[in-house]
Amino acid sequence: MRTICFYFQVHQPFRLKPYRFFDIGEDHHYWDDYLNRNVIRKVAQKCYLPMNALLLELIHKYNGKFKVAFSLSGTFLDQMEAYAPEVLESFQKLVATGHVELLNETYTHALAALKSKEEFTSLVKKHQDRIKELFNGYTPKVFRNTELIYSDQIGAMVAELGYEAVLTEGAKHILGWKSPNYVYSNAIEPKLKVLLKNFLLSDDIAFRFSNKTWADYPLTTDKFINWINAIPKEEQVVNLFMDYETFGEHQWAETGIFEFMRYLPEAVLNHSSFTFSTPSEVAAAVPAVSKIHVPVPISWADEERDLTAWLGNDLQDEAFDRLYEMEKSVKQIDDPEIQRDWGYLQTSDHFYYMCTKFFSDGSVHEYFSPYDTPYDAFINYMNVLSDFMLRVKQKTEEMKCP
Amino acid sequence: MKVLMFGWEFPPHISGGLGTACYGLVKGMNHHNQEVIFVVPKLWGDEEPLADFVNASAVTIDYREKRFKKFWKNLTYLEVSSFLVPYLGPEQFKKFTDYAIHDRTDVDESIFSNKFEFSGKYGKNLMEEVSRYALVAAQIARDKNNFDIIHAHDWLAFPAGIAAKEISGKPLVVHVHATEYDRSGETVNQPVYDIERAGMHAADHIVAVSQLTKNIIIRKYGIPAGKVTVLHNAVLDASIIKSEYEKKVPEKIVTFLGRITFQKGPEYFVEAAKIVIDRDPNVRFVMAGNGDLLNRMIDRVAELRMATKFHFTGFLKGDDVDHMYAISDVYVMPSVSEPFGIAPLEAVRHNTPVIISKQSGVAEVLRNAIKVDFWDVDSMADAIFALLHYEGISKMFKELGSEELKKLKWEHVAAKLVTVYEKTLAERS
Repeated sequence: MRTICFYFQVHQPFRLKPYRFFDIGEDHHYWDDYLNRNVIRKVAQKCYLPMNALLLELIHKYNGKFKVAFSLSGTFLDQMEAYAPEVLESFQKLVATGHVELLNETYTHALAALKSKEEFTSLVKKHQDRIKELFNGYTPKVFRNTELIYSDQIGAMVAELGYEAVLTEGAKHILGWKSPNYVYSNAIEPKLKVLLKNFLLSDDIAFRFSNKTWADYPLTTDKFINWINAIPKEEQVVNLFMDYETFGEHQWAETGIFEFMRYLPEAVLNHSSFTFSTPSEVAAAVPAVSKIHVPVPISWADEERDLTAWLGNDLQDEAFDRLYEMEKSVKQIDDPEIQRDWGYLQTSDHFYYMCTKFFSDGSVHEYFSPYDTPYDAFINYMNVLSDFMLRVKQKTEEMKCP
Repeated sequence: MKVLMFGWEFPPHISGGLGTACYGLVKGMNHHNQEVIFVVPKLWGDEEPLADFVNASAVTIDYREKRFKKFWKNLTYLEVSSFLVPYLGPEQFKKFTDYAIHDRTDVDESIFSNKFEFSGKYGKNLMEEVSRYALVAAQIARDKNNFDIIHAHDWLAFPAGIAAKEISGKPLVVHVHATEYDRSGETVNQPVYDIERAGMHAADHIVAVSQLTKNIIIRKYGIPAGKVTVLHNAVLDASIIKSEYEKKVPEKIVTFLGRITFQKGPEYFVEAAKIVIDRDPNVRFVMAGNGDLLNRMIDRVAELRMATKFHFTGFLKGDDVDHMYAISDVYVMPSVSEPFGIAPLEAVRHNTPVIISKQSGVAEVLRNAIKVDFWDVDSMADAIFALLHYEGISKMFKELGSEELKKLKWEHVAAKLVTVYEKTLAERS
């Protein structure tokens, strides 16, 4: 069996509104409802709605031979419910075909796996419940962590939660001479299969598709079929993992990205020996060739494929540590608003905005950030966090003397 | 007496303390019925009619006047070296240059007679504007011959003062509100220093805003002590400001409010904050303002892991400034070199106890404040801690500080200035 495994990440953070020092202690609404709604509405028109329609059409056309997987973050689900119910409905329709797999992740697209097993577990469970609730009792079998962040330890936690497989980046420095086109297993819990992103072919679509300075521009289905046909026969799985916003948002409709996807299934099914599978089908059908050792966490971001997009500079570390210092106190508080804000504040994007790697991948960061500079992002986040800390402290004291 | 005064800005259109000081001084002069012709590069039309204002942008220069040739030469020299902005860091530089370019237009381009539209800002064409201003000053000095003495404020107006003196033969007083050493430390902008020095040497007498500034003038510019008189700045309104604005956080607040630049010593405030926070977690520090060191300060605060206790507000304007003073329990001005420094007096008006650096001119007039060396962060931390925790001392400072403020009046400054004029005129004749 030779197969292509498509997985699309769908995530939108709850962005913070401009929150001033003078607001601390008074204003407890942190979210930029207007901006968040606008982003969702815009991306819905450019990407979610047209691409979902196209996928539905393709699934029907090939009668189940074409299939994909999604991971829909909880912050995305919440915003979809509030701002774009028609998008939610179109996802529900896709899942109902039986040829679309949903993956589990942390509810708020958080970095909790790096800090607290307890919080990580609770966010995963929350996501599981939410998927079940919105998708007719659906229970995911495969896990993908925020930004494909993975290590042996994280894999072990995922295995403990009962998942069959986990997705991560086929990072060069982890693979060495090995190919990402095999199924591997976790170094601590071998029963957990590890699927690695083929970042060359994935990024050809996600990043280079419309790049006119790229030697292989324009990318056509013919070219793509030639490339996958050139993959050695014994390599069985090509994992194409990417942000869903690739379609229509990062690569605009004018680039021809929708047409590319429209004709890709036909080309693959007629002119190659490849089929399409979802991650759980790959995990069930393909045995692992060996363990993959990932002692230090990797991710799918930037050239380094490490954590430096979110953590490592002083701004990020300070914000991250101050946030998780509150974990114990927050867990004691039975207050839906505190719990909601606690979750949303953990979203990795807040830390991404504070990244100061201007010179290598800064431009990508800038594109995704609502702030002018990482310093602005930091100040705003810390102002919000300061107010949140006051609320937590107050609630904690209220509980002590009711 | 009639004074021909050259400034650079005048309220309400100001970007620094210079305009405010000029306003106070002119108001004081009015009090003593002294006539002032006040020249600014650009008039906006909404200035309070305290003086006979002259808009330099509206003055037609007669280039056939032979005596102007010399200033023309200087002008070409200055234009060559004009790519610098003395008051700004690189970040604001871009912001300011952008609008300076849009603001400036030459109006009448006829060959022999010409007007020059000044932006009156601190933009990219600052040097060109400074030298053109001198040309305008020469024209004004030739047209108006009914004044007794010339008074030029800070280096921007010094070439204007010199030109007016050469054309009219009237004595020149230059007023030093700040020197290049205050703004840039030891790495001075040579062209700016040269203008300052030329102005001070061409002047018949010099007014300095503090003893501290006088010392710099003597030491760094080679001026004999007898030629310099210290006239401290005053406050326009010494009344206590009662604010309805309430603090929303339970902790006490320690504030730095000013430009975040080398001159203001923000890094010492950050280091002192760390020492205090380690001892007392129930304090919040606020750094209000903008400047080229802002990002470095944010980095340092994050590095010291105190960002939930140390806040940045960005540039504050309008009511926010008053609110900030009102909720502050201690105000700190750790300036490395501050010729005067009016901000602590604003804090006193809000009944906020102040800590000021010994390297500030205001320390010479404000007795009821804690004074520390800007670099002595331990003493600064001690002082902050004391004002936060020992009710007695902060209460005393509040009461006595506001009393002291009432004595700092512009009419007193103006009276002393008139004496300086009289002495200068007497020495002349």
